[in-house]
Amino acid sequence: MSDDSTKIFSRGEEFLQLFRKGAAFTKELLEENQRLRRTLVEVDHGQRSAARNPEEWGKLRLELVNRIHSLEEDYETLRERLVQVESENQHFAERYLEIEEENNNLANLYVASYQLHSTLDLDEVLKIIIEIVINLIGAEVFSVYLLDDATELLKPVACEGANVEDFPHCALGEGVMGKAVSSTETTCWNEPRSDDYSQPIVCIPLSVQRCPIGAIAIYSLLQQKDGFSALDHELFTVLGGHAATAVFAAKLYSQSERKLNTIQGFIDLLTR
Amino acid sequence: MDRRQVLIVEDSPTMRQLLVFALRRLKGVEIVEAQDGMDGLRKISSDHFDLALIDINMPVMDGLKLIRLIRGEESLKDIPIVVITTEGAKEDRERALTLGADEYLTKPIQANRVLAVARSLLKLD
Repeated sequence: MSDDSTKIFSRGEEFLQLFRKGAAFTKELLEENQRLRRTLVEVDHGQRSAARNPEEWGKLRLELVNRIHSLEEDYETLRERLVQVESENQHFAERYLEIEEENNNLANLYVASYQLHSTLDLDEVLKIIIEIVINLIGAEVFSVYLLDDATELLKPVACEGANVEDFPHCALGEGVMGKAVSSTETTCWNEPRSDDYSQPIVCIPLSVQRCPIGAIAIYSLLQQKDGFSALDHELFTVLGGHAATAVFAAKLYSQSERKLNTIQGFIDLLTR
Repeated sequence: MDRRQVLIVEDSPTMRQLLVFALRRLKGVEIVEAQDGMDGLRKISSDHFDLALIDINMPVMDGLKLIRLIRGEESLKDIPIVVITTEGAKEDRERALTLGADEYLTKPIQANRVLAVARSLLKLD
């Protein structure tokens, strides 16, 4: 029984709270109503007074006309400001797109040079060069040549899209490619593809301190690739310098490792 | 903020690094890398992913086989898949989409395009 009483009591308290809130809200509404009535009476009084007296009416009319002119001026100012802000936004949007593209290009160049210098193993370096040329430039058939110091011949050591044996050896300074490599400047021919492996569409000499050590020759591009962009030319520059350094360092490391092993072998013999 | 997890299945470290650079710009996205189809299958089976970017030509297991296996698995069949490949022919694209890929991007990739596709499939603002 006492439980029922407690429940009834608490329900009663809840209803009482609700009624109090309702009463407070109604009181607020009544006060707002009173205020609006007073404002309405004042406005009505002003208009009636102006209607009875022509001078008052004239003043009111002038006041309203001035107010309209002022609002029209404000409108014009805001409209001009809006046009200006829209123009600035357009400029910022264009600039944002430029910066985003620049950022993307820098990312490509960073990744290319990071990967090239991430290893001292020559086979790995050649593999990375191939990845860069396929994935970042979009070449389909190409070959990587290294210069044989003894014979001064450019020999293909890695390729994509054909067999290494299909690519010709060429002498430095002779033939289309040999001359392009001697110049140590990237050379582009205005052809979409070449089936003659002695005549690439792009030759990127690999050079260290202006001495050629090899080249990348591109013969055709992936189907979806429409020519070379500004980024591609930047990548050619990266490859020409960084790939060359990476290859040079890998070869040096390999030679020094062999020499170290030989010397270690002699030392082991002598100290036995 | 809900964290989304994206799996990149690509055998080229250069491409993986480039994709990571692009996707890192998305807020609230964690990136996991796999270096071939088998590695990708192991990872996608052992954790929840909201998106997978898959290369086609990979050693051990190629991307098309991986997609077939993913779509054949009840718990994985709804994961959005983007194919990223050098194959630009129309029939290659149709084959991948028929197998269940949601988008098909060709190399060389544009980072903006990868971001736009990832945003759309992850339903990010």
